[in-house]
Amino acid sequence: MSGNAATHSAPLAPAVATPRRRNYARRYWMFVVPAGVVVISVILFPWLFTLFMSTHEWKIGGGHHFVGLDNYRKLFTDERFLWSMVRTLYFTALAVIGPMVLGVAAALVFNRNFPLRGLARTIFILPMMATPVAVALVWTMMFHPQLGVLNWLLSQFGIPPSMWVYDAKTVIPTLVMVEIWHWTPLVMLITLGGLASLPQDPYEAAKIDGASPLQSFWHITLPLLAPFLVVALIIRTIDALKAFDTIYVITQGGPGTSSETINIFLYLQGFAYYNMGYASAVVVVFFTMIVGLASLLLWTRKRVKA
Amino acid sequence: MFKITRRGALQGAAGLLAMPALVEKANAQSAFDWKQAKGERLEVSLTSNPRSVILTQNQKEFEELTGIRVGSEQIPEQQHRQKFAIEFATGKPSFDIVGISLHVNKRQVGRAKWCADIRPMMADASITNPDFDFADFSEGAVAYSTQSDGRMDTLPEFADPWIMYYNKELLAAKNIAVPKTFDELYTAAKALTDPSKQIYGFVGRGLRNANVVLWTSFLLGTQQRDTVDGSMKLITDTPDAVWAGQMYQKLMRECAPPGSIGFNWNECQTSFMQGRAAFWIDGPGFAAPLEDPKRSRVAGKTGYAVAPAGPAHHHGALFGTGFGISEASSPARKKAAWLYLQWATGKQNQLRYLTGGAGAPARMSPFKQEEALRGAVFSMDYVNCLSDALKICRPGLPEIVPVTEFRDTIGTALTNMVGGADVASELKRATDAFRPVLEASERAT
Repeated sequence: MSGNAATHSAPLAPAVATPRRRNYARRYWMFVVPAGVVVISVILFPWLFTLFMSTHEWKIGGGHHFVGLDNYRKLFTDERFLWSMVRTLYFTALAVIGPMVLGVAAALVFNRNFPLRGLARTIFILPMMATPVAVALVWTMMFHPQLGVLNWLLSQFGIPPSMWVYDAKTVIPTLVMVEIWHWTPLVMLITLGGLASLPQDPYEAAKIDGASPLQSFWHITLPLLAPFLVVALIIRTIDALKAFDTIYVITQGGPGTSSETINIFLYLQGFAYYNMGYASAVVVVFFTMIVGLASLLLWTRKRVKA
Repeated sequence: MFKITRRGALQGAAGLLAMPALVEKANAQSAFDWKQAKGERLEVSLTSNPRSVILTQNQKEFEELTGIRVGSEQIPEQQHRQKFAIEFATGKPSFDIVGISLHVNKRQVGRAKWCADIRPMMADASITNPDFDFADFSEGAVAYSTQSDGRMDTLPEFADPWIMYYNKELLAAKNIAVPKTFDELYTAAKALTDPSKQIYGFVGRGLRNANVVLWTSFLLGTQQRDTVDGSMKLITDTPDAVWAGQMYQKLMRECAPPGSIGFNWNECQTSFMQGRAAFWIDGPGFAAPLEDPKRSRVAGKTGYAVAPAGPAHHHGALFGTGFGISEASSPARKKAAWLYLQWATGKQNQLRYLTGGAGAPARMSPFKQEEALRGAVFSMDYVNCLSDALKICRPGLPEIVPVTEFRDTIGTALTNMVGGADVASELKRATDAFRPVLEASERAT
């Protein structure tokens, strides 16, 4: 009741309402404390500590001392890190474009009515439900150059065998293939949700005006779907940037370093070489990169909505 | 009628003479108080492997013998290394006993003094079973468990000498003898390679990091043998290192299946198991799947031999595990942990390793248990091969702290060699890249 009174009286008597609001803040601040503690302990503190570690030479099992920005300087002259960055961007570009194109195409197909559509949709989204590590292990067996089923399938069509993940030239496109198989259903589901919410009036109007199906798709479906596609794009980009499990299980960054992305590089620095200071600097740079890219995509989304 | 013979009398006399020693031993055995830490609880952290399975399956035996309760975990090797290092670094690890890969973590654990020196415990007769018989552990395994300052912070559990598997059928078909040297191996492998039939003379690890141990297997046969010299200087771009690199390159490029550049042990095992490769040099723990007729096409057709000799020496690469007791554990728990170590590395469990095909034990006595071994899963060929391999083995990786970084750096060079790069230039580049890392690490010691 008092809340209502305060709300109603606020525009009429702001001088009275202000102390009441202050009173609320003082009385109920303790309810915010648990959330605040969680945020500080699991987000803020780890971040500050990571920043702190990144300015130290810090070895597990050894000592640590302050080195200022040396770890960052070393990063930008470390060829292995720079190449891992290039590979990450290459992998991300392919692993975003592939599922986006195929996911939208699949959504357009599944948006139509046809017999056993429900069953077909269920089968299509099955890969997404599989555990990435298990999926990676199965793919590893299938990629075996002599005994894997993929080369056997190629031989049935008279196509020469491929080296898949066992060759520096084909390893990243092959890993992207696994990503596409795994995550196209996610894009399809998001797009399908978007398609279901589209109004029918523009299509009817376009039909009356004699628009072709391609014109309807290009001038009506795609612009109306854009906000949904941007959401799918953001999710896929972030997922692809932080891809680790599939790559680690299938190639461990090999052959050589030809599939070593930033995540693999980071993992090796932190947990195989125990260079926690240097690994922290990688985290900071990588985080900045992800935040920058996500901000750009969110800004694009706002523009699309506007 | 009972007849006294001269032989019988002599045997009886010998028995009587030995009696006091036997009685003394029996008394000592019965006098040892296994229950002295009754009521304690121990946490054991092990890597996932068949040996840990044997220990965990028989853990109840230890609990009944001592009254100590044991909680044990098994974690895949690579993750386990990270977990125990991080836990030790916190100062309060969750375990009292830890299985340590000596070929990777020995120096790290030794430098940080994370594990207690077990020599004083071993010397204390009140807590050491007289039947423990430390002399039974192989010299190589004991040397592996001993730090450069003489501290023994692990008890050897398992020795892993690399051996050579070969496909008897493929060799017989071309009337080729088992090679004794690496040069003979190359000649034989080359002769057996027939890509049109998808048969290859050799299969080995090509994946970065994993491949280094194959290269060091070749290097062990050269005059220099090791990858660092006595003053901890890196010697991985010398003529001997280049010879080992060229042998690696020749075998992998000319005799191994396409795609070997990305092969770890599991892909090698698959190729060999399907009868597609004639020779495979790797750890001894793969006999079980190879001899399983349900999964393998080479069951009963696999031969076992020690690694071939090099131009100057004959060694097999050795890897191994030891059990350490956390320095952070309380004295009471340390005592209980020492009892666990004596049981876990006791003669019975070590024999179980060998008869169960779980790998080579660190003790030598299991190899002499012919009766038990005759009923084992594997042929005596395998057992004899392991025993011979243990006699010639030598550590396959340098005893340095940044072992993983060493393996990654040299491993990348080896991968490039399989791709066709020049051996000497690749080794030079990798050596130059790793040298500052090793120097920094040694300065910190």
